Amino acid sequence: MFFSFMLLFSRQGKLRLQKWYVPLSDKEKKKITRELVQTVLARKPKMCSFLEWRDLKIVYKRYASLYFCCAIEDQDNELITLEIIHRYVELLDKYFGSVCELDIIFNFEKAYFILDEFLLGGEAQETSKKNVLKAIEQADLLQEEKILKVYIN
Amino acid sequence: MALKIVKGSIDRMFDKNLQDLVRGIRNHKEDEAKYISTCIDEIKQELKQDNIAVKANAVCKLTYLQMLGYDVSWAAFNIVEVMSSSKFTYKRIGYLAASQCFHESTDVIMLTTNQIRKDLSSPNQYDTGVALTGLSCFVTPDLARDLANDIMTLMSHTKPYIRKKAVLIMYKVFLKYPESLRPAFPRLKEKLEDPDPGVQSAAVNVICELARRNPKNYLSLAPLFFKLMTSSTNNWVLIKIIKLFGALTPLEPRLGKKLIEPLTNLIHSTSAMSLLYECVNTVIAGQYWFSVGSKELCVQKLRILIEDSDQNLKYLGLLAMSKILKTHPKSVQSHKDLILQCLDDKDESIRLRALDLLYGMVSKKNLMEIVKKLMLHVDKAEGTTYRDELLTKIIDICSQSNYQYITNFEWYISILVELTRLEGTRHGHLIASQMLDVAIRVKAIRVFAVAQMATLLDNAHLLTGNMQRNGICEVLYAAAWICGEFSEHLENPMQTLEAMLRPKVATLPGHIQAVYVQNAAKLFATILKSQEGNTDSTAAQDTSQLMIDRLPLFVQSANLEVQERASCILQLVKYIQKLQQKDVEVAEEVNALFAGELNPVAPKAQKKVPVPEGLDLDAWINEPPSESESEDEQPKAIFAKEEPKHSRPRHTEVDEKELARRREARKQEQANNPFYIKASPSSQKVYQDAPGVEHIPVVQIDLSVPLKVPGLPMSDQYVKLEEERRQKERAEKKKKEKKKRKEKRSGRGKKHDSGPESEEDITPAHQVDIVTEEMPESNCASVRFYLSRPLADSEKLPVRSHRAAEAAKSPAEDGETENATSLEPKKKSSKEKREKKKDKDRDRKVMVKCWIHHWDCAFFVFIFFCLHFLTGNDAYHLLCSCKSDFKGRLNGRWETMSDTVYDIQGNLQDGSQVVVSVIFENKCDSFLKSMEFNVLDSLNSKLQRPEGSGPHDGLTVPFQLPPGVSNEARFVFTVQSIVMPQKLKGTLTFIVKNEDSSTHEKLDFKLHFTCTSYLITTPCYSDAFAKLLESGDLKGSSVRLEGVNMPFHHLLARICFHHHFSIVERIDSCASMYSRSIQGHHVCLLVKTSGQTVSIDAKCDEPTLLGNVLDEIKQTFSQC
Repeated sequence: MFFSFMLLFSRQGKLRLQKWYVPLSDKEKKKITRELVQTVLARKPKMCSFLEWRDLKIVYKRYASLYFCCAIEDQDNELITLEIIHRYVELLDKYFGSVCELDIIFNFEKAYFILDEFLLGGEAQETSKKNVLKAIEQADLLQEEKILKVYIN
Repeated sequence: MALKIVKGSIDRMFDKNLQDLVRGIRNHKEDEAKYISTCIDEIKQELKQDNIAVKANAVCKLTYLQMLGYDVSWAAFNIVEVMSSSKFTYKRIGYLAASQCFHESTDVIMLTTNQIRKDLSSPNQYDTGVALTGLSCFVTPDLARDLANDIMTLMSHTKPYIRKKAVLIMYKVFLKYPESLRPAFPRLKEKLEDPDPGVQSAAVNVICELARRNPKNYLSLAPLFFKLMTSSTNNWVLIKIIKLFGALTPLEPRLGKKLIEPLTNLIHSTSAMSLLYECVNTVIAGQYWFSVGSKELCVQKLRILIEDSDQNLKYLGLLAMSKILKTHPKSVQSHKDLILQCLDDKDESIRLRALDLLYGMVSKKNLMEIVKKLMLHVDKAEGTTYRDELLTKIIDICSQSNYQYITNFEWYISILVELTRLEGTRHGHLIASQMLDVAIRVKAIRVFAVAQMATLLDNAHLLTGNMQRNGICEVLYAAAWICGEFSEHLENPMQTLEAMLRPKVATLPGHIQAVYVQNAAKLFATILKSQEGNTDSTAAQDTSQLMIDRLPLFVQSANLEVQERASCILQLVKYIQKLQQKDVEVAEEVNALFAGELNPVAPKAQKKVPVPEGLDLDAWINEPPSESESEDEQPKAIFAKEEPKHSRPRHTEVDEKELARRREARKQEQANNPFYIKASPSSQKVYQDAPGVEHIPVVQIDLSVPLKVPGLPMSDQYVKLEEERRQKERAEKKKKEKKKRKEKRSGRGKKHDSGPESEEDITPAHQVDIVTEEMPESNCASVRFYLSRPLADSEKLPVRSHRAAEAAKSPAEDGETENATSLEPKKKSSKEKREKKKDKDRDRKVMVKCWIHHWDCAFFVFIFFCLHFLTGNDAYHLLCSCKSDFKGRLNGRWETMSDTVYDIQGNLQDGSQVVVSVIFENKCDSFLKSMEFNVLDSLNSKLQRPEGSGPHDGLTVPFQLPPGVSNEARFVFTVQSIVMPQKLKGTLTFIVKNEDSSTHEKLDFKLHFTCTSYLITTPCYSDAFAKLLESGDLKGSSVRLEGVNMPFHHLLARICFHHHFSIVERIDSCASMYSRSIQGHHVCLLVKTSGQTVSIDAKCDEPTLLGNVLDEIKQTFSQC
């Protein structure tokens, strides 16, 4: 399985989140991002979610104004990738309370923290939504506690 | 202290935080870059402060800017600073920034090792967690090496939260530092049975990934995984395990048998599509077809996927279907309806998948229907990419495996013609090459094809809206060539000629114009022929005048090829016109320019012809022209002065009777050839005799479809016609069967019903010349295949006629020898001469085309040997006769003056005749003429001389040799006894003519008649072979060959090739072979090999002959 990368971008082609699980130079990352955003945006709404791109398979899905886009290897399962994308959206939804694009723009570090709790090195580490959210909440609590401590001191 | 911190926090409140930055960027849409550069300046200031909170805030903003594409590598050290903060809040931001911005070449990474180690062992699990997450993104080989042990310890951490992260990150560590795999593996294996399902699934993930890279190390885990597979209910884990088994099964086939049951259970029971898809894919990839019903189950489930309204499932269903198609086309073919439906899908990617599938699904029965459907899509297709894809698919589908599925080529031609109406397609050349291929290979279609191509040429303006850019005008190339080459089939050649010489043609691309010009000349020749018979000679002169009027346009062409051909042909026509005015009949001679039939050649044919010893293909034939010469001098002036170059159009006349005989022989041979698709005589008849109303082509008025050109065929009508043709065939068949049944009914009670039409029942309306690619030299099995039939009477080699006598009759030859000056005008006028020589012997169609280009002083002689043959059988004979070892290379002065090679072949129909073909090559700088070939007859062998000449007279060689030219002459010898090899002495006398002198020269040579040359390759059935051996008439002898170091099939091929044997049967390292002498002696060989020793046991009814043949075989192998 092990994703190569995951990208979130808006309908206008603005990148909202990127996570690379393979080491690439910034130049390559930018090139790939540009190419993929163009390809995916050019596809019509009724088209299927898969496309073959270079030697990878791209699985993407649109939620409201955001495109979630993952790259997997040739033998990987497209349908489970879609499920992973969906699971991530559900997690965002639970965390932010009916998530919208703005939530992800303004709290982009939170979106990353949730993703990191869910996927590690491109592989789903936790299949239970409850466990992921619990871990995030506790880590957040730790953070808040510290900030509070700063102010109290 | 506290105050300072509070102060810092208050300061921070006045700083821009991330939200402010994002808002600011959104508010400065017009000058975003400028705004961000001020922000970056601010961030730089913030990073200089001591307050870690301020720094963390700055780093957080940088992470955001990095995503927008700004370079933040300059802040790498600050990121490390924030990472090392003791506070989780900042550490978290630091690690996030690091995981987003660091990569392998970031040099500060090496500073982080100790910090990360500290965090990994932190008592706070969330500290450890962020460190692991961060590490997973930027782990380098150094970090992996230094931290592998720490991470390994974490795999046994008390908290499952840490364990699962540690297990997953181990995979990244293994990739960067493979040495860690061995020590870590036992612990990883333990984790497969971890009480926490998350950790367990992480371990499954990692092992599954590892196993995909190197499956054989993980075979031992199969039982463990099998247990997991049957017990787990987590679909994510199941998918992984199934994938893992997919990787293991190829190494351990027994696994497949064990797996198929749980897999089919899962396929039946699961509701999760991802799991179902994984199972089906694994069954397909693992080829678990031994299990009854597994294939049906897969196909049935895939059908459900394809029928689903979800585009994703449809796509994946088709994808998996195409994998089954590769191995089991039959089971997919039954779902043709569904696949065709998918062609109507809105989604282009689904349509493309369906197209891929169609390729493998066509049969003779449904080809027309499928292509018809595709043609509808071509009309509807909006984007050119998809339309072009459709076009190539249509052609791929139709042309696959030598047009195997096409039953009616008129239909195919009309499809191709319909495709030419596509505007702006890139695939004009593809259509063109198909037209050419079909027209050349399917002889029966030529009349139809020519008519269609003539219409195309006539309506060329419709195709070529935008000449240069439009790829479709490539089809005019094919159209012009077909009309020219097969011009005898043209209904109205005059009209076509006119169409080919229109001024608008000059706007076509150069290479197409060149073909136009060349083929206009062929057409002209045909027209002359038809007009010359008439009493009114003006018509013929008008035609010449048309050529003379129109050709100058092409003479002015900027394209060199067009210009050259046009000016050459123009001069030729002018000369013809002169002759016409003197009432000289020229048609026959003009036609001779283009005589000879072009036939298909296997792509690899030329490669199979061995290059004769001593021939260097890369060497210059003449000295290459010097650069300066060609620039200084005027080409025209040089041309006028230069010595006329001789090129001898040699063609042999064949009378009608001979042609008929050959045609009959070919038919007979085709009937015996399994590679020939037999023509059904009824098919043509049906087409002609079916004047039903529905067959009248009605021009449809449909504005959405590109305009149809009247007269062009509608492919649709063929679908109907074909249907009727088949019905009629079926009816006839039924009739026959009924008869049969009637006869049989009396004998037996119940007989099978004829049932639905099967694939084999459909006979094609036309036959294709199928040129097989492989020739027997490299593949003994195929030798056997072609030759394991007894020789039919019609297949016997015809008597070779005496070349010398025949060639002398040729009119051009006469002219050549008569008087050089009388030919002067003709020679001057022809810039380019084309010579076609056709060997008219039944099974050797060696065609030699010579173009002689005059360019300044140098002559480049391009000789294209186009060897072609209809069947493998022919190919074999050809190989035999083009023997690579031209044994009789004659030494001494021959090297300097001329070079001769010869080949000796027996004549099957006359047991006492042997034909020797000698190639004379003039290697010196002088002209050779008056050659006389003489051989001192022995008692046994005599040179056949024309009647009335004495026993010691020489034979005149019927040609002269200009410098550097070679030619072939054949001499017939009469041989009494063939059991002994013999050598004949001979002399060749000739006159060497220089500019100032001429001398008489003489050369002595020897002709070596080996016993092998009396053998004729004759196929033999194994049962006939057995009978022959049993008869006891044969006497045996044997020979052993030592140190033969070549594969057995090469050895056999060598015997076949050099000694004219054919293989009767081959079992492992043992083979039986057969050959026959021209006097009917049977020669049987049993060849056995073990190691480097080859033993040959031989039997023959003539022991002396056998002994000599064996000696010769021995010699062949001692040379290699």
